[in-house]
Amino acid sequence: MQPIISVQQLSKTYASGFQALKPIDLQIRKGEIFALLGPNGAGKTTLISIICGIVNPSAGSVLADGHDVVRDYRAARMKIGLVPQELTTDSFETVWNTVSFSRGLFGRSPNPAHIEKVLKDLSLWNKKDSRIITLSGGMKRRVMIAKALSHEPQILFLDEPTAGVDVELRRDMWEMVRGLRASGVTIILTTHYIDEAEQMADRIGVINKGELILVEDKAELMNKLGRKQLTLQLQDALPAIPAALDGYALELSDDGRQLVYSFDAQGEHTGIDVLLRRLAEAGIDFKDLKTSQSSLEDIFVDLVRERA
Amino acid sequence: MNIHGIRAIYGFEMARTRRTLLQSIVSPVISTSLYFVVFGAAIGSHMNGIDGVSYGAFIVPGLVMLSLLTQSISNASFGIYFPKFVGTIYEILSAPVSPFEIVAGYVGAAASKSIILGAIILVTARLFVTFGIAHPLWMVVFLVLTAVTFSLFGFIIGIWADNFEKLQLVPLLIVTPLTFLGGSFYSIHMLPPLWQKVTLFNPVVYLISGFRWSFYGVSDVSVGISLGMTLVFLAICLGLVWWIFRSGYRLKA
Repeated sequence: MQPIISVQQLSKTYASGFQALKPIDLQIRKGEIFALLGPNGAGKTTLISIICGIVNPSAGSVLADGHDVVRDYRAARMKIGLVPQELTTDSFETVWNTVSFSRGLFGRSPNPAHIEKVLKDLSLWNKKDSRIITLSGGMKRRVMIAKALSHEPQILFLDEPTAGVDVELRRDMWEMVRGLRASGVTIILTTHYIDEAEQMADRIGVINKGELILVEDKAELMNKLGRKQLTLQLQDALPAIPAALDGYALELSDDGRQLVYSFDAQGEHTGIDVLLRRLAEAGIDFKDLKTSQSSLEDIFVDLVRERA
Repeated sequence: MNIHGIRAIYGFEMARTRRTLLQSIVSPVISTSLYFVVFGAAIGSHMNGIDGVSYGAFIVPGLVMLSLLTQSISNASFGIYFPKFVGTIYEILSAPVSPFEIVAGYVGAAASKSIILGAIILVTARLFVTFGIAHPLWMVVFLVLTAVTFSLFGFIIGIWADNFEKLQLVPLLIVTPLTFLGGSFYSIHMLPPLWQKVTLFNPVVYLISGFRWSFYGVSDVSVGISLGMTLVFLAICLGLVWWIFRSGYRLKA
């Protein structure tokens, strides 16, 4: 299937000489939720800004639904909605007017029914005549999303959509994003909250120091890079790992009361059964056990640290 | 052509005028009225007419121009500077609008505002002094051309300015002196010969002279030159705006 966004050898060097993006290739599939992860200053916003036309690229090209974002910017931009990171709104406008303004700006004829739907979906309907300056931060964030959706875009960029947003609104927003995807909108979001990517994304890209170091299906990424651990709370402290257990990836805590076994979750044999039998044979009793799987956060931290 | 886009920007800017009606419309009217009270009625009544026009009537075109220039510049410069300042410019930059459409929206709105203001000032002036308009069509041409040209100039200042001080700098230090010295309150023939030559380097002289001619049929410089100079200034501003969008100057990284 033809990708909805196709980034080819895109790079950006600012006038100061700072290279924000090294040549990047990236394909976004139609209808997916793509999460772009990366530490501060990694180049996430630069990448989005180039695609949306706010920053000029130094080299390379971007196609949005087949339209070059520079040469054929009108057609490309009509398909794209952007919710930037910063809360920037026209303080003195009403919610209704500012959202209607955005629709016109993006070349669409007025459609009060659509604006009404967007405002209702975002729980903004009862605020439609309020001036934006009177709204809370979370409400302003909703207004910015409403503006981005006003012209019925096929591609939505959410740059840190839930930064500084309370738990309830975060849940609402996730629900809204899922609803949008169900209606066929492709969503690209950047986030600091890795659990957000874990919850929402179909695919994940990790960007660090201007380099796209990984693009992977979320499930595959979690499988491939995720490790599982079995932690045993011992009845009696052990001075050292017994020789009978040599060959297992075991770690003993300093106080000798906790034994941690790391294993590959994908492996045919995890080895847990044999390990437990050996422990029994060696007369080592345990009072509790738990298994845990590394989260996307652990994977992410490992990846970024590796490249540091 | 993204007509809806132009209309959105234009409508947004005009809404801003309505929100700040007192500042946008009322305060220039009050200050112009004060000029008429002081120069037109009080001092003017003790002065001889110039070129056969009573002093009160003589200053009417100059005063309209004074407001037109300062308001065009301040409206247009603020209109584009403010979105840059608060960050809402992202939306304009990411929208499917061409540079021409952006300029048409912002400059169109600023010029409209100034023209409305000019008309209000003319009506206000009529309450203080009696005057006629010899060439109404040319009066409108000069009014519109000047409003558009100086709104473009204001737009350029708004893009160039990266702080509020710069935004005020050009209007305050350059435009206001040039306007006062451009013959708003006198005919340049009243100046010593040397200064008559120097003053011809002031572009505002041509605007005021041409505009005054459309009222009373008398002018300091020939009306053709006035029109030509106005068009030259318009062309320079258009060229600068074209360059700004081409290079992304102060708009895009």
